Amino acid sequence: MQPSKGRPRRDGAGQESPVEPLDGVGPVPADEAGRLRYDDPWYDALASGWGESVGAGVPDPAVVPSARREGETGVAAADVYLEVQRSEAFQEVRRRYRRFVVPGFVAFFAWYVGYVVAATTAPELMARPVAGAVNVALVAGLGQFLSTFLFTWAYARHARLRRDRAALELRWDTQELTRGVNGGVS
Amino acid sequence: MTDEHQTLALLLFSGFVAVTLAITTWVSRNRRGSAEEFYAGGRLFSPMENGFAIAGDYMSAASFLGVTGLIALFGYDGLLYVVGFLVAWLVVLFLVAELVRNCGRFTLADVVAARMRERPVRIAAGTSSVTVSVLYLVAQMVGAGSLVALLLGGTSEAARDWTVIGVGALMVIYVSLGGMRATTWIQIVKAVLLLGGTIALTVLVLMRFHGDLDRLLLTAAERSGHGQAFLAPGLKYGGDWTARFDFISLGLALVLGTAGLPHILSRFYTVPTARAARRSVVWAVGLIGGFYLMTIVLGFGAAAVVGPDAVRGSNAAGNTAVPLLALDLGGGAGSTGGTVLFAIVAAVAFATILAVVAGITLASSASVAHDLYASLRRPRGKPRSEVAVARVAAVGVGVVAIALGLLARDLNVAFLVGLAFAVAASANLPVLLYSLFWSRFTTRGAVWAVYGGLVPALVLVVLSPVVSGSPDSLFPSVDFRYFPLQNPGLVSIPLGFLAGWLGTVTSAEVPDEARHAETEVRSLTGAGAA
Repeated sequence: MQPSKGRPRRDGAGQESPVEPLDGVGPVPADEAGRLRYDDPWYDALASGWGESVGAGVPDPAVVPSARREGETGVAAADVYLEVQRSEAFQEVRRRYRRFVVPGFVAFFAWYVGYVVAATTAPELMARPVAGAVNVALVAGLGQFLSTFLFTWAYARHARLRRDRAALELRWDTQELTRGVNGGVS
Repeated sequence: MTDEHQTLALLLFSGFVAVTLAITTWVSRNRRGSAEEFYAGGRLFSPMENGFAIAGDYMSAASFLGVTGLIALFGYDGLLYVVGFLVAWLVVLFLVAELVRNCGRFTLADVVAARMRERPVRIAAGTSSVTVSVLYLVAQMVGAGSLVALLLGGTSEAARDWTVIGVGALMVIYVSLGGMRATTWIQIVKAVLLLGGTIALTVLVLMRFHGDLDRLLLTAAERSGHGQAFLAPGLKYGGDWTARFDFISLGLALVLGTAGLPHILSRFYTVPTARAARRSVVWAVGLIGGFYLMTIVLGFGAAAVVGPDAVRGSNAAGNTAVPLLALDLGGGAGSTGGTVLFAIVAAVAFATILAVVAGITLASSASVAHDLYASLRRPRGKPRSEVAVARVAAVGVGVVAIALGLLARDLNVAFLVGLAFAVAASANLPVLLYSLFWSRFTTRGAVWAVYGGLVPALVLVVLSPVVSGSPDSLFPSVDFRYFPLQNPGLVSIPLGFLAGWLGTVTSAEVPDEARHAETEVRSLTGAGAA
């Protein structure tokens, strides 16, 4: 890693550009990070809307132990990961990931299994007409498509707004710590 | 099918082969020959490129031809397949894509081996990955053989065999010369072609019905001879309880298997970061979802325009529904428009098979070289460059797939694909999820999870009606059928999870807290990612 980015800067998601040369996202001021626009149309079309309070953002980065200090105490690389794992900032990232993913997985999996079981065991219910040629089965099938798109959008949005910045800072801090352990060069 | 069709289709297909060979040569002109380059294309693809490549890797001829045919013949029951294929991507997106990108380097085994004793875990995960890939490959080869027989009129055995051999030889050239970079570009080109062809046909179907979807559905139901029942589930899977459980089993395998397919996992290593991996999945979900929505229109369109009887008359499994639809939409047999559209559809289907086959061959050669060879070679043997081994492995996998493809040419393609998904879901997914999320998981648990899913899945297939005891099975004359379902997923997927848990709680090994911490921190933050 180049020394020039040895210390993580903390001014927003535009930070990723040095390591993601193909992303094409220039540095963005911190106050804009919450409504950051990405360069693909999928995001542009969907990046408004529901649920998350924008900018409720990132846990206090100061909770991560200072990289320099830990580097100088010379802990083993394995301990670095244990320490980061126990840090409040990491616990917060993990909590946010799991709080979204676990209920989300349960929801879409139950909805899918319910759909398959209903289609195989209750054809009379599925054949009930709704409007014109459209019956319950077609509505449910298209509903699966729609819910998949919605879950995808919600996950991407949640990750982008609630995890990415914190995870990136943790990444730099962790790499800084392991670099300190390995004698300052890598 | 007339000579005109054949000539034009062959011309278009040769064009595709020429373009892809040119890409392969151009891409490999100044490659550095590193493992990073060969397996992961230098990890520098953009999310959009990777999203198209994932879609190209995933949308196989089985969905383009097989699923539309199923919808044309059985109406709604064909649609059930499509839903499973799409919803599976949520499992990939939520639980696998980012974490695997952060933890691994080239293969599934990388993720597991980071926490465990490397050798047994690599051998187990490598074996199951190669098994899944070969099953999937055989399905594509068989598909290629029957496709050429159906579309180019050459129903002779020789034409089929030479197609299988030709497809196999081409893919070995692509993969061993061009590695991941060439494979990716071939998949991108194929995805664009396939989506373009599908969009054109969908627009033509909708124009035929003046944009009135209701009338499309009603006409399809009417021509099917089943009336409203055509638009509701039950025509194919509604019979006895065995058929119903069989479908539930297939549904589970489809939705859980995608996250364990080696060629899908390896695509996430071609982008620089986890965020890019996530965004490629978002692209892929958009493309794949759009594609499957259009295949539904095409399936019902084929039922309404061509009619199930004509479809069944051409191919009992319905695989020619889309080409027949194209012929009709272009103006009917003998017209220029019909000939051109038919030839385009045939060429697109070939391109689809080639691209999918290249992706799987690359992934399995990575498993052989990076996991199996690295673990099994004699410690004092001369170390070879891993990439050289991978090239040889690609040739070896290609030869095995060609041989099996020739042997298995009468098996049903959709069944083989369903089987590959079931094995992936039983052997690969449990070990992957346990390694990523369970702190107490041990080496024995990992090994048991792989074999505990792999072995039951394969044994249950051997004991199923697919292999013996029914007129359609592989060996109709003998009967050792002890398992009623065609798809083993309903039993073998829970067994894989159970075996992993059992192996972990019975092992004396103390789980390594520090290495779990490393996996967890790396998977969620990307620290130290390759």
